[in-house]
Amino acid sequence: MTVYLDHAATTPILPEAAAAVTAQLGNVGNPNSLHASGRAARRVVEESRETIARVLGCRPGEVVFTSGGTESDNLAIKGLFWARQAEDPRRTRIISTAIEHHAVLDPLHWLEEDNGVDVALVPVDRLGRIDLTAFREAVESDPESVALVSVMWANNEVGTVQPIADVVAIAHEHGIPVHTDAVQAVGQVPVDFAASGVDAMTLTGHKIGGPYGVGALVLRREVQVTALMHGGGQERDVRSGTIDAPAIAGFATACELAVKHQPELAARLIVLRDELVAGVREVVPEAAYNGDPVSDVLHRLPGNAHLTFPGCEGDSLLMLLDARGIECSTGSACNAGVPQPSHVLLAMGCDDEKARASLRFTLGHTSTSADVDALVGAIGPVVERARAAGLTSRSTS
Amino acid sequence: MRVLAAMSGGVDSAVAAARAAEAGHEVTGIHLALSRNPQSYRTGARGCCTIEDSNDARRAADVIGIPFYVWDMSDQFHEAVVEDFLAEYAGGRTPNPCLRCNEKIKFAAVLDRGLALGFDAVVTGHYAQLRTGPDGLIEMHRAVDAGKDQSYVLGVLTQQQLAHSLFPLGDSPKSLVREEAARRGLQVAAKPDSHDICFISDGDTGGWLGEKLADVNRGGSIVSSDGEVLGEHEGSWRFTIGQRKGLRIGTPADDGRPRYVLDIEPVSGTVTVGSREELAVDGLECIRPLWCGAPPSAPLECTVQLRAHGEEHRAVVVPSSSGFAVTLRDPASGIAPGQACVVYDGTRVVGSGTIAATSRG
Repeated sequence: MTVYLDHAATTPILPEAAAAVTAQLGNVGNPNSLHASGRAARRVVEESRETIARVLGCRPGEVVFTSGGTESDNLAIKGLFWARQAEDPRRTRIISTAIEHHAVLDPLHWLEEDNGVDVALVPVDRLGRIDLTAFREAVESDPESVALVSVMWANNEVGTVQPIADVVAIAHEHGIPVHTDAVQAVGQVPVDFAASGVDAMTLTGHKIGGPYGVGALVLRREVQVTALMHGGGQERDVRSGTIDAPAIAGFATACELAVKHQPELAARLIVLRDELVAGVREVVPEAAYNGDPVSDVLHRLPGNAHLTFPGCEGDSLLMLLDARGIECSTGSACNAGVPQPSHVLLAMGCDDEKARASLRFTLGHTSTSADVDALVGAIGPVVERARAAGLTSRSTS
Repeated sequence: MRVLAAMSGGVDSAVAAARAAEAGHEVTGIHLALSRNPQSYRTGARGCCTIEDSNDARRAADVIGIPFYVWDMSDQFHEAVVEDFLAEYAGGRTPNPCLRCNEKIKFAAVLDRGLALGFDAVVTGHYAQLRTGPDGLIEMHRAVDAGKDQSYVLGVLTQQQLAHSLFPLGDSPKSLVREEAARRGLQVAAKPDSHDICFISDGDTGGWLGEKLADVNRGGSIVSSDGEVLGEHEGSWRFTIGQRKGLRIGTPADDGRPRYVLDIEPVSGTVTVGSREELAVDGLECIRPLWCGAPPSAPLECTVQLRAHGEEHRAVVVPSSSGFAVTLRDPASGIAPGQACVVYDGTRVVGSGTIAATSRG
């Protein structure tokens, strides 16, 4: 019986979403075909689009289906940049933050290295929140040259919710479009596309109880974007490729349920999360809680508990917990399976050692207090062992 | 026992892990990420520990049914093995990095971390045999497959380390190990063995050293044993004792016979060459001794092996204050300072030391 505390990585598919996928898998029909079977499949896709639009506060025509969050981020960053630069060649800059997910940072890095783009990564404070003063300065140093801004809605590692409204206000003073990666936010905190004012928003299925391999980029109607995928012209020529009707059906079902249950789930997870943090810190008093300690959806993702265990290595802790059936994450990107110190923690001012000594526990729709109890029960002996191992690892004298 | 199986992605470590699991141990597989910039693909037998190797190890762990993790030991490896390798070459010696890796990383850093995390032993695919001697001490013996025997590179291990090591392949010929891998459904059954140095993936040690030691370019003269200057070179690290090819002297020797590198003096950069006869030595001075059991208290009649896959030489070993002195019964050629001298009593490893100097007596 595993104790799954890694919902930020992915979360169990909702039975209703799985049923929607399975039901549609049984129906043959390419949504682009003109005959009855094709039209039936197309109808499922369009109804899904309308559902997602309704629950996220956008128009159906603004929903572009993709293969997931990474593709949506790539489409937003590259597509928006190239379109904006084509309109005005002076637009050679992109402003983002130091704590974005690699699906945003890597396209930015690639544009910088290979396309001569000037990328400014705005710093964050100790809680992982974007420094708005620095952001304003970055924009206003030369606003005509800024092609776009990308700031995530909430950080996947430490859970800090970003001041999106303020970011939008500043960027829009200068007519600069704002993209936000909201994959962790949907279903956890209230997300309304139109109300937020953002111009582009990434979401993905598997983080919200839907299937893998499907996501969306919500794009305001007026926003031009250069396509990455050329082909049959699907999704208004923005994203070619045969539409995955079964996955989209599951995605829409999950999205609807996630948004509908968000207030109740958030309330329940906040309680469990706070118990988890308190429980762990009671057993390991020196454990540090990273990110914004204010426990509400305006400040922090409800299910996120990110902790540093001084003297231990995160990967030792992870291995020891895994051996006891407790599953979590070091929260950092993996390079060939080798954990790297988290760029998010480093951006928050943690040193390398502290960054390596951290674990991320994330709760989700299937989490219960039994999960919290299991972790609290195991963490003491695990930390003790990891501490003993941590001291041996660094030198080879 | 709870054992940590070090899995390189090769067939030997995969079968070793499988045997350990079958023997009833609680096995966890780990792949050591030792390179700071791992290549994606393994190109045949060159190099090791690429991302492809890591995936091969992962798949083997899946088939065996054991947990699998990747441990990043690249910093420790760089410090203990790569930097040592460079320092030795810069110093005119010929190091053997595999021994340093076993001594400092595989059976030290990895083992120490494993013990601290609650494991009892490290299991590897090395070809060597362990047994308990009449005095209760652990003995390491050559493997059954003489061609694959790796007791030489393990000659740096102490009792402490051996007490926490398992070598399940020591009793098997390599050909049977490959067959067993195939039988067990391990995809790596047909994967070529890795040769050469794992951190020099294209096998061009000279080129790699040239790049890394560019600032330490101890160019100098090539001289005969009489001191006559025969030519110039651009880096003493290009040479190793006993080397015949690549000397680039230009003029042949008076007797028309090949010349061999006899000595490398790193400070002046002087490389001395001479005839094959001049290469022969019968005395060695070894430092940094590591004994498998108790160090010999008196002169020991034994055999020594002076390079990986080298022949055995009959010898007498006498412990000294800095290590031990070796007198070879018959002269040997091309013995390079920096290499390990591993001492055997029959098939049993007595210990090892680093060759510091050679002599003709």
